[in-house]
Parts: sequence; C-alpha cells; structure tokens
Amino acid sequence: MDRVLFGDNQFFAINHMSEEKARAQAMRFQDLREIIRVLDDAYDAGIRVFMCTTHDRIAEVCDHIRANPARYADFKFYPCMPYAHKFANAVTEHGMIEAMRRFLPNEGALSALVKGGMSLATKDVEGLLGLLVNAEMKMFHGLQTPVVFLQNVVTDLVLGLGANSTLRLFADHVRKTYDAEPGFITMNMPRLLDALDGVGVENPIVCSNINKVGFRMCGGMKAYEDAIASRKFRPIAMSVLASGAIAPREAVEYVCKMPKIESIVFGASSRKNIVEMKQLIDELSVAA
Amino acid sequence: MLNVGLVGVGKMGLSHLSILNAHPEVKSVSICESSGYVRSVLERYSGMTVTDSYEKLLEQAGLDAVVIATPSKLHARMVREALNKGLHVFCEKPFCLDPRESRDLAELAIEKKLVNQVGYHYRFVGTFNEAKRLLDARALGDVHHIRVEAYGPVVLRAKGVTWRNRSDEGGGCLYDYACHALDLVNYLVGPPQSVGGVALNRVFSADVDDEVYATLNFGDGLTGQIAANWSDESFRRMSTEVSLWGTNGRIVVDRQEIRSYVRNPTLSAVPVPAGWRTRNITELTAPVNFYLRGEEYSSQIDHFIDQIKRGAPDEVSSFATAARTDEVVAMIRRAAEGFEVPEYGALAAAAGKRKAAGFWGRAMGLLS
Repeated sequence: MDRVLFGDNQFFAINHMSEEKARAQAMRFQDLREIIRVLDDAYDAGIRVFMCTTHDRIAEVCDHIRANPARYADFKFYPCMPYAHKFANAVTEHGMIEAMRRFLPNEGALSALVKGGMSLATKDVEGLLGLLVNAEMKMFHGLQTPVVFLQNVVTDLVLGLGANSTLRLFADHVRKTYDAEPGFITMNMPRLLDALDGVGVENPIVCSNINKVGFRMCGGMKAYEDAIASRKFRPIAMSVLASGAIAPREAVEYVCKMPKIESIVFGASSRKNIVEMKQLIDELSVAA
Repeated sequence: MLNVGLVGVGKMGLSHLSILNAHPEVKSVSICESSGYVRSVLERYSGMTVTDSYEKLLEQAGLDAVVIATPSKLHARMVREALNKGLHVFCEKPFCLDPRESRDLAELAIEKKLVNQVGYHYRFVGTFNEAKRLLDARALGDVHHIRVEAYGPVVLRAKGVTWRNRSDEGGGCLYDYACHALDLVNYLVGPPQSVGGVALNRVFSADVDDEVYATLNFGDGLTGQIAANWSDESFRRMSTEVSLWGTNGRIVVDRQEIRSYVRNPTLSAVPVPAGWRTRNITELTAPVNFYLRGEEYSSQIDHFIDQIKRGAPDEVSSFATAARTDEVVAMIRRAAEGFEVPEYGALAAAAGKRKAAGFWGRAMGLLS
C-alpha cells in the first residue's frame, strides 16, 4: 500500500467539528469540478490513492478518471462500501426488507426471497452479500481498485452482532471477484482483530482512528498501541488530526513513531493543506 | 452479567442489538422479531436465540431486562407487560402516544423500583450536556428564550409505506423528529406550560405531518419556539440546533459544537470566559465500550446497563422525563387539530389506568 492515502469526507459534508463548515463544504463541492480540482492537487502532490465511499457522486469522479487515462495513469481507488446513509435513509423510508430489495439488482430469485420474508439458506446469504458488493463496485469498472474496504458502520455492526463469518465472506468475495485485498474500517480495532483471527482472515488490512488524543479509539489508546506493537495486521491510521484537535506535526509524529502503521489517510480541501500534510508525512516517515 | 431481551429488529433495534451484544456486562441477548427473513439471518450468523413471540421472549428464564424497539403504537402495552414481569425496560422514543399511558407506566416503574429509560440519545451528547451544565450554573442568568430546530432528509417524495408514514402508529415529523427537539427543551429548561401558534404541515406525506412549528410558553418570562422539518434534503442527516438567550448571554449548541457568549463571567457558578467560547464534541466526548454510530447510542445503553448494575434507577432519560415530552407532543397535536389546549399536565392526568387488552395477536401482527 502507498504511504499516503487521500480521503473523501470533506466532499460529503462530513465534519466532526462543525455543522457550519460541513455546510460550506457541501456548497463548494456540489460542483464536480471543485472535487476534481482538489483531487488534482492531491495527485500532483504525489498522492496516488483516493480512498472513498461509494457515494453516488463518486461515480462522476470515476467517469472523469476513466475519460482521462493519460492524466491519471497511476490513479488508484480504495473503495469503501457501502455509503451507509444511502441505505439507512432507504430503511427509514421503505422498511428493512424493501430497502434491501431496492439495493439488489433485479435478479429474480434472491430478490423474491427477501421480499417474501422467507428464511434463507447460507448459500443465499453469501450470494446476497456478493450481489450487494457487486452493485457498489459497478461504478469503478475499468479502474484500479487494489484494496476494497468494508465501511466501519457495517464492520462494527457485524462485529457487535457477533456475525464474524460475514467478514470472512466479504474478504473471500473481494479476493475472488476483484483480485483485490479486502480491508476493514472500524472504530473498535482491537476487538476486530480478534474477530478476524477467529474466522481466519490473516494479516488483514485494518483502518482505524489512530491519534494522540485517543479520539474514537474504542477499547482505549493502550489497547490500540499494544495491538499495533504486537499483532499481525496491516494498520492504516485515519483521523490522525482528531478533526483538528491536534496540530499536524505533533499528530503525524505520534503515528510515525509506530513503524508497523503502513499508511495514513487524511482529507483536506486546500492545496496548501494537502501539500503540507503530504510533505510532513514524508519527512517524518523518513525520520522514523 | 445480564441477560437482555430485545424486541423489534428494525433500524434502531439492530443498532441496539449490536451495542448490547458487544457490552462487557451483557451475557446474552435474546431477540423477538416478526420477520422470518430477519430471524433466519440473525439465527444463522449471530447464534442468538430468536423467537417471533414477545410472550415467549419475556418468559425466558433468567431474563433481567428488555429493550423495546417496535413501532411506537406498541410501546405502551409491551412496556407494561415487561414491568409486570419485573424486568428493567429500555424503550425507544417516542415513549407512548397517549400521555396518560406514559404517566401510568412511569409510576408503575417507580413503584416496582425497576430501571426505566427511553432512547432520547441527545441527552447523551457531550455538547448538549455542556449546555445543561452551563444553564444549571446560571451562566446565562435568567433564560428568556429557547429556540430549537431539527431538520433532515427522511421523507423526500410522496410515497412511503412504513409505520413512520401513518399517524395512528406514531409516524410523522412530530413523533419522529420534533419529539427529540421537545425532549431537549425539557432537558434544558423543563416543559412549557402552554403551546400556541402551532402548524403541522404536510409537504410530501399523505397521512402525517412533515413540518412542525410551535410557540412554547413557560411562564416567568421564558418563551420558546420549535421548528422541525424531516423533508429537507439539504441536510445529510438529522441536524438539531438549540439556541438560548439569557440576561447574561447566549448559547448556540448542536451535536458538533457549543458556542457560548457570556457577558459577566462572575455570575456563573462554573468558570467560563467572558465573550465567545467554542467547545467541540471531540473534547466533550467520553469514551464508550463499543462504538457503532455515534458515542451517544452506545453511552445511552451503557447508562441503562449501569443503572441495573447499581440497582439505582435515575432520571437522566427516564419514563418520567419522556412522559413530560409525550405530554407536550400531545399538546401540540391537540392545538393543531383546533382544540382548545389545556395547560401542561392536564392531558396526562385526564384518566386513570387503562387496561391492556388483545395484546399478543395484534402486537405481533402489526410488527411485520
């Protein structure tokens, strides 16, 4: 994996600190050209990976990258699925079963089973999960997607339910169908490592908050630091700035002190911040 | 270690289920769900005990508590049944559609010394708690106006088929969105004495309100306004903001940040700087056992479990506090229907206990 990954929260009005900032970003980035401009800044700063949700608008970004292969020869996507609000809003509007059916392609048998509320065999659930993943992956057709992530709200939902075998189903499907590495985003990293161990997903790519103030590091900072030091997995650090609660140099220093951490994902909207953060990570990674 | 039952695996039920099952003090979770499809998936993949009968769920040996996440219409009867079995109860919001039931059940829970909580998760958000702390310390002096707004994208077109679109089942913006806003008002300054200027508007829905506007009168020079709209696509998700004005300053608070303006800091019982101060959720959030979708969802469940462990029911988000919100919701509904609206407390006091009848068959049938 690349050392520096570019995230997409800023494009979709996700700001953990301020609703006002979130709204200002939503207004700015409703124009696709603004998103592309920022992605170009990141690409020109040497960042080759865009780690993004499967939001409908990402499909437009995909179209743009496909249309300009020379400009974006090394551009890679790390898709993170599903875009949860899309599904949650559908559940509120249509109910659980109908929402599920709406996200499935119209392929008859499975769709009918779900709608009929009938019980499903294990094979059916595997098929269902595969279809849901394929539906989300459609927009990336013909593009490089070397790692495919399960979003934290789904990873952690499944983790809480103890339905760990579905994590394995996801991993197997991503490997088999997309020749990609499966990744898992979580807010409960130490607990997830146990679960993945239990279902035989070895040396997994796990993306979680890793920051100096312990923001959303569930299980505690010490458990995180111990896991990073001692367990076999490929950690990606997100929210290293804790939504701006930590100064960039201090934040990156903390992460770079742990050599096991393979990648850092961050989002930013201005060229200046993107370049500074990239340079900072490069500088401190060499130092470490 | 506790054994907990959960009824209704919809959106909220699923979230509670995951958080409960991951809780270090919870030994087992048993489920009651009417959809055969959902039952079969849960049984196969989570290994939990699943039934389609609420009666069977409650009769399980060793059950300590039950979490009720069914459509609002079913709450009252299910809660009563659980309390009568001696179980601690966590019920989703809104608590009951009839405030008389709310008050009865609050009294019943107290009488039986059982832990009782309603899922008003905003009471567990760090920023709103900080607002409460400042208000209790009289940092704003005498508060004379409170404004609460809740907007989000729930109903965006004319079609809808779930119970949330049916008024007699607890659907509509008033029951789904505005009740959160009203509960926050109750939490921060207490319930209003009377309501007026009510508008319950339909935007897309055929049977329920999509917008709620009302003026709240608290007496002693305090007034308030509520605006709620669940048909606003410009918001990514539900967004709730409270503004308070007092003789000594002002607070604007939402889920992410609290901005306070204090004129004279010496009038506050807790330290606060003069002028503006902004504090963010990142510094006001306590860690939780297990994170799923916002700390508040986990910490309300942590709090419920903690009360049971301590054997000490409290009033942080109890049936009694939720009953106050139900009363205000009922006042607003009355006013919108053109009735003369009695003052606070009169609607809940209107009748004695009502008998639950024909529960099982109807309850389970309606769940699907």
